[in-house]
Amino acid sequence: MSSTLNNEVLGSTSSWQPHDGLLLEVDGLEVEFRTREGVAKAINGVSFDLREGETLAILGESGSGKSVTAQAVMGILDSPPGFVTGGEVRYCGEDILAMSDERRRTIRGPEISMVFQDALSSLNPVFPVGWQIAEMFRQHRGMNKSNALAEAVRLMERVQIPGAAQRVKAYPHQFSGGMRQRIMIAMAIALDPAVLIADEPTTALDVTVQAQIMQLLEELQAERRMGLILITHDLGVVADVADRIAVMYAGRIVEYADVFDLYAQPAHPYTKGLLESIPRLDRKGETLASIGGLPPNLMQIPPGCPFNPRCNYAQDICREQRPELYEVGHHRRSACHFADQLVRGQEPPLTRRRDQLEGGVRP
Amino acid sequence: MTEPLTAQEVSGAAGALVPATRAADEGRSLWSDAWADLRRNPFFWVSAVLIAVFLVMAAFPQLFTSTDPYFADLAHAREKPSAEAWFGYDGQGHDVYARTIYGARSSILVGVFATLFTLVIGSLFGILAGYSGGSLDALLSRLGDIFFAIPLLLGGILILYTFPSDLETPYLVVVGKVVLALGLLGWPNIARLMRSSVLQVKPNDYVQAARALGASPGRIILSHILPNSLAAVIVVSTINLGAYIAAEATLSYLGIGLQPPAISWGLAISEASGIGLIRAAPHMLLFPSIFLSLTVLAFIMLGDAVRDALDPKLR
Repeated sequence: MSSTLNNEVLGSTSSWQPHDGLLLEVDGLEVEFRTREGVAKAINGVSFDLREGETLAILGESGSGKSVTAQAVMGILDSPPGFVTGGEVRYCGEDILAMSDERRRTIRGPEISMVFQDALSSLNPVFPVGWQIAEMFRQHRGMNKSNALAEAVRLMERVQIPGAAQRVKAYPHQFSGGMRQRIMIAMAIALDPAVLIADEPTTALDVTVQAQIMQLLEELQAERRMGLILITHDLGVVADVADRIAVMYAGRIVEYADVFDLYAQPAHPYTKGLLESIPRLDRKGETLASIGGLPPNLMQIPPGCPFNPRCNYAQDICREQRPELYEVGHHRRSACHFADQLVRGQEPPLTRRRDQLEGGVRP
Repeated sequence: MTEPLTAQEVSGAAGALVPATRAADEGRSLWSDAWADLRRNPFFWVSAVLIAVFLVMAAFPQLFTSTDPYFADLAHAREKPSAEAWFGYDGQGHDVYARTIYGARSSILVGVFATLFTLVIGSLFGILAGYSGGSLDALLSRLGDIFFAIPLLLGGILILYTFPSDLETPYLVVVGKVVLALGLLGWPNIARLMRSSVLQVKPNDYVQAARALGASPGRIILSHILPNSLAAVIVVSTINLGAYIAAEATLSYLGIGLQPPAISWGLAISEASGIGLIRAAPHMLLFPSIFLSLTVLAFIMLGDAVRDALDPKLR
C-alpha cells in the first residue's frame, strides 16, 4: 500500500533535483528580532547541510534558536518582529531566501514540510482531520473531493491510525495526543516532501507514544528517502534516530558531529554538560550534574564565547575571543578554544568548582 | 487507546470492514456538519419556522389577510378585537391584523439588509485590519472608532434628518435610507469583533502550520481564519438584527424612519403609544409589539443554534 502511494507521488514530483544528494544547505543564517526593548540576535551565523535520507538533529535548550532556525528555513518567521538579516538557505542549489513569496510557497509543502510540536493547536479545530489532509491534495494536486479523501484515508492508515476510514470525519479534539501528532505527520508528508522538519515532534507526548512517533518518522524517512531535520532538546530522542547532531547555543552551532562520535566524546563543554545531565541507572545515589546558570539574554550576548559564564573551563581567552567553529576531526566541528583537548578525551583545567557557578542551580 | 470513543466509532465497531470509499463519497465540510447538527436542534426548527413565516409574510402578505390595510373606517376606531377583526382596529379605523401582517415587510427588509450590510463591510474590514496589521489596521480601526463614537439612534436621526423623505419618495428608497443609516453606524461593531477574533486566531499553530504546508494568504484567510473567527460575528449579527428592527421601529416612532402611508411595526407602535391610548386601546400596541418581539427572538435563537452548530467542540 505504501508502494502504491509512493509511485503516485513519484509520478508527480517536481523539477527540484538535489545535486549529489545534497538537499538543503544553510549558510551563515542570521535572524534577529526587533522588539521594543532592543534587538535580540536569535541566530548568529548558523550553517549546516542536509542530504537525502539523512537525519540531522538540532539540539539545544529553550531559546537557543533551534525553532527559529526552522522557521527561517521554512519562511514562516513572523515578520515583524523577526527578520532574516544574513545568510543563504539553498534548496537544491537555489537560494530560497531570495525567491519571491509566490515561488517560495510552491516549495513549502511539496518540497520542504514541517511537523509542529503541539499537534492539537496545529490542526484547525473546525474541520475534520480527513478534510484537512485531503485539502493538501486538493490544493496542491488539484484532486477532486472524493479522490483526495480516499488518499487521506490511505495516508491515515499509513501513519497507523486505527479505523482510519471511520475516523476520517472526526475532529482533532476527538483524538489523543499521539494520534493527533500522527495526523500532523500525515499532513506534512502528504505531498512527499524531500525535506521534513520536525520541531520537537514528541515533546507534548508521553514517553511510550514518543517512541512510537519517532519510529514512525524513522520508517517514513527510510521509505521516502527524506532528509529529516529533528529539532529537540531531548538527547534521548536523538540518539537512536539521528545521523548527525548540531548542538546550538545562543543562536550559534557550538558542536557539529556524527551521532556516535558526539556521544562517545563531546568536543564542547556545553555538549559535555548536556550529556552529563542525563540521569543514568548505573549511577545511583550521586547528585545529578547540571549546567548552572541560565542561557544568555539574546540582547546582550556576552563577549567572547557565549557559553563562558556557565563553563567550568572558562579562562581569560574565553571571555575575550569568540571561538570559531573549528574543524576538530572527521565530520566534526566545535566552537571551543579547548576543543582539541576535549575531543581527545582530556579535560582542560577546571577554573571553578561545579557548585560555585555564577547563578548556578543546584539540582 | 486513550481517546474517547465517538458515537461513530461505537456504531462502526465492526469497523475496518467499511470500505474507505464510502467515507470519501460524503463531502464533509464545516458547513455540512453544521447542517447535520442544526437538524437535530429543536431551537433551530422553532426559529426557522418562525422566520420562514415572517419571511413569507413580508413577501406575500395577501396570503395571510384579504383585508386592505389602507382601508380605514373611523366608525370602528379603537374597537377591541372581535371575530370580525381579530386584532381590533386602530385609531384611524384600520384593521390592526392586516396592518401588522403588512408591517412585517418593512421590519424584515430593514433588519435583514442592515445586518447583511454590517456583516459584509464589518467582516471585510475586520479581517483586513486583523490579518494585515500595521498601518492598514490603524487606519481602519480609527475609521471604525469615528463611526463607533456616534450612538446608533442619534446618528440615525442625524443622517435621516439630513436626507429626509417625503410622501413622494418611493418605498424602497425610504427603506434603503434607513438600511444605509443603520449599516453605516453599525459596521464598526462587527469590524471590531472580527478584528479581535482574527487576532486571536492568527497566532495559532494551525495558521503557522498551514503556511508551512504551502497555503496561500487567501487560502489561510478563507479556510483557517474565517471559519474560526466567524462564530462570534454570526451570533452578534443575529442579535443585532433584532436591534436593527427595533431601531427601525424607534426611528419610525420618532417620525423620521419610515413615513406613513408606509406600514411598519414601528409606526404602529408609535401610533399606539400616544397618551392614554395604552390604557384605552392596548390591543393597538400589543399585537405589533408581539410580532416585533417574536421576530427578534426568532433571529436570536437562530443565531444561538448556528453558533452551537459551527463550534465542533460543543458537539
